[in-house]
Amino acid sequence: MKAEIRKIVTIVEETHREIGRAIAPPTRRAAAVAVIANPFAGRYVEDLGPLIEIGEELGALLAARAVEALGVSGAAVESYGKAAAVGENGELEHAAAILHPKLGAPVRKALGKGAALIPSSKKRGGPGVALDIPLGHKDAAFVRSHFDGMEVRIADAPRADEILVAVAVTDSGRPLARVGGLKASEIKGEDGLR
Amino acid sequence: MPAVELRKRVILVEDIFHEGGPRAARPYRRGAILSVIHNPFAGGYVEDIVGFSEDLKPLGLDMARALIAALGGDPKAIQGYGKGAIVGAAGEIEHGALWHAPGGYGMREALGGARAIVPSAKKVGGVGARLDVPITHVEASYVRSHFDSVEVGIADAPRADEIVLVLAMTTGPRVHDRAGGLKASEIKGEDGLR
Repeated sequence: MKAEIRKIVTIVEETHREIGRAIAPPTRRAAAVAVIANPFAGRYVEDLGPLIEIGEELGALLAARAVEALGVSGAAVESYGKAAAVGENGELEHAAAILHPKLGAPVRKALGKGAALIPSSKKRGGPGVALDIPLGHKDAAFVRSHFDGMEVRIADAPRADEILVAVAVTDSGRPLARVGGLKASEIKGEDGLR
Repeated sequence: MPAVELRKRVILVEDIFHEGGPRAARPYRRGAILSVIHNPFAGGYVEDIVGFSEDLKPLGLDMARALIAALGGDPKAIQGYGKGAIVGAAGEIEHGALWHAPGGYGMREALGGARAIVPSAKKVGGVGARLDVPITHVEASYVRSHFDSVEVGIADAPRADEIVLVLAMTTGPRVHDRAGGLKASEIKGEDGLR
């Protein structure tokens, strides 16, 4: 099944200053969000296979859009995350089917690597609901400077029979990271953790 | 007047394929750029503020150019525009009014024309405040197909001593425009109205 896309939204954020200090170069992150029809809205369907396929398609599309919006090569992406919001006539399991089985592989392909788990969040909500996309380093989940989150929302989505699907990427960690932990310069990037 | 101090910049692009009707061959694009700046007048009444409007002109032009680039790069493809401001709680609405001249100047300069008055909205608000930025046709305010708006906001801005400055642009009529009125093909484009 192909996703029936109503809308695609991209958001780029650059932070140039934080609490009076210049951030040079600015930290940058981007999210691409698709608004799609929920083929299973309003009814219980046992086999969620079609949503899993949609997840694979959207992984490729949204990763490409987010990386393009950030204006860097896929390899230059440092952290990533994904999230979905299901409209009121759908179930949370629909978000799980899109996000978890197959969305990750094409995202990693677009970035060249991505040994770490892609952190995720999901919820059900109405139009304008805020989605907080968790962010983590793409090759080593324990890199503390890259634990972050990005809020996105679309005023007119999700309608009751729609799903919002989001992929976020960054080329940097938090603006003034200074709480220690594993540094990006110290990782091996083999097991996805350290 | 004080220097313009930029903390953060956000670019939002929406590609709208349909809204329940026929799918557009090329998506309707709606974009906005937001700059979070320090409000040099926050915290007390300052009588003479108008000079800061002049100081904002380079930022207005830079924002207009960046938004056009995010919408595909062709100034001639831009058919609708609007602007707005959200003033943090330690400022006054008059500080938002300082954006009228530089916001309009920046877009006209970058678009190479545009006779219609730039519609605008502004408010005082806290972090995460949302603003509906009105949008009209760039050459003739009465073109009904191009009346639109875009909701914008940033989760962590404006802080009390900040201002969020907004420019918005679109690439065509609403996706299922059919409410009649003056058409873009019928305008004279002389007085900015019809």
